[in-house]
Amino acid sequence: MDRVLINVPKQVTRGVPFEIKILVSHPMESGQRRDQMGQAIPRDIINHFVAMLDGELVLEADFFPAISANPFLSFSAVAEKSGILTLAFTDDKGEVRTETAAVTVG
Amino acid sequence: MKIWASLAAAVLALSAAISPAAEPRRSGYDDSSRETQAMQDDDAGNPAFLWVRQGEALWDQDCKGCHGAAGTLRGVAARYPLFDPRANRLLTLEQRIVQCRTDRMGAPAFAWDDERLLALSALVGLQSRGLPLNAEPREPFLSQGEALFRERIGQLNLSCAQCHEERAGLRLSGATIPQGHATGYPAYRLEWQGMGSLYRRLRNCLNGVRAEVFAPDSPEAAALALYLAVRAKGMRVETPAVRP
Amino acid sequence: MTQTRRHVLTLLGAAAMVPPAHATPGEVETLIRALTGASPLRDGLIRLELPVLVENGNTVSMRVSVANPPSPVDSIHVFADGNPLPHVAVFRFGPRAGVPAISTRIRLATSQTVTAIACLRDGTRWRDSVELLVTLAACIE
Repeated sequence: MDRVLINVPKQVTRGVPFEIKILVSHPMESGQRRDQMGQAIPRDIINHFVAMLDGELVLEADFFPAISANPFLSFSAVAEKSGILTLAFTDDKGEVRTETAAVTVG
Repeated sequence: MKIWASLAAAVLALSAAISPAAEPRRSGYDDSSRETQAMQDDDAGNPAFLWVRQGEALWDQDCKGCHGAAGTLRGVAARYPLFDPRANRLLTLEQRIVQCRTDRMGAPAFAWDDERLLALSALVGLQSRGLPLNAEPREPFLSQGEALFRERIGQLNLSCAQCHEERAGLRLSGATIPQGHATGYPAYRLEWQGMGSLYRRLRNCLNGVRAEVFAPDSPEAAALALYLAVRAKGMRVETPAVRP
Repeated sequence: MTQTRRHVLTLLGAAAMVPPAHATPGEVETLIRALTGASPLRDGLIRLELPVLVENGNTVSMRVSVANPPSPVDSIHVFADGNPLPHVAVFRFGPRAGVPAISTRIRLATSQTVTAIACLRDGTRWRDSVELLVTLAACIE
């Protein structure tokens, strides 16, 4: 989870849904694979995602091993005023990565 | 056979002359599914940009002092592989980056599949996106590269040309055999679930025909890359591409 | 129907030796019921978009959306009956959600049916399914 790319429009219109796109570098190791020695490779995925806009929920997601490596997610939000979008990713080790992006209502 | 081939080539050349927009050569993009193309078309959804982002951080840390902003390297990647008179050898872009690290920075070399090398070459490649590939057809490397392309190798006794020229467009298992124009490397491959260099793709092919794999820093790797670049001359750089 | 029959035949053949490497439609039905409730599943309203012919099962572009829902969409669940684990993802929409539409990329182990279920605030459940073919790449590492 060392790199997170967040794409939010430079300016959004009040009350009009806008699209958010995110990419996260993560192997999303499914736990179904074996290495060359035949040993099971332990599962290691981002299993939970929360997007909040100024403390209000936009989207919450549970991910299972069927989500591809380097996950991509696109969803939409509505803003009444400029604010901060907070994205939190939780992986199987319990590590939480938080990223923010400004949302500007013009 | 030869006569027919040259006749066909002449017809192709003629049709290209009549309508300059018609490009008979197809990049891997043209042979990919609509969904894979869409992944490449949108920078916000192209996972290769995770490596570009890493490349930007590395660039600011290690390269900017000498080279300035990464944008000053527009057109550079389109000219590789390039002959280096000082080292008296042909270098791929990756080999040049490693050479810059070891010779100029005194830093340890990157392994050929190091994510940082992929990140930097993706960043430098991106600066040339949309420009025509324009490697110098320098001898003797070009002829060496073409010989490698046409030589039957491995336990399957196949040459690159037998698949990627004679059988391009046909299907092998579920996949369309591409014409083998390396316009988008380093590229994100869905099969790899990650980023890889042209060398990794060539190694993939060499293993596929059960041939001996040449080393990433070998003259063979650079010569074959040069032949591929000259063969695709004028096609647009797509780095960082997405391929199945 | 043939899909179901093929699954049954596969299971009959495999059951004696090893547990199946993928979920079964029956298991998926049970899972859907457990996770999304018992109200009748209706077809329509929700739209699941996936390529019918998949180039590489590692990364399959998927879009799921509900156009003009009569009541707010609380959640969307996605299931893949041919994967070792049939559950793919759950999306829950909050008060700041825009249109109920999600794009992501998923793994599909084999040719199979993917199902998306939308649960609306009014208690109704809506379903869309796509049966797709996952092709095998020839030159893999």
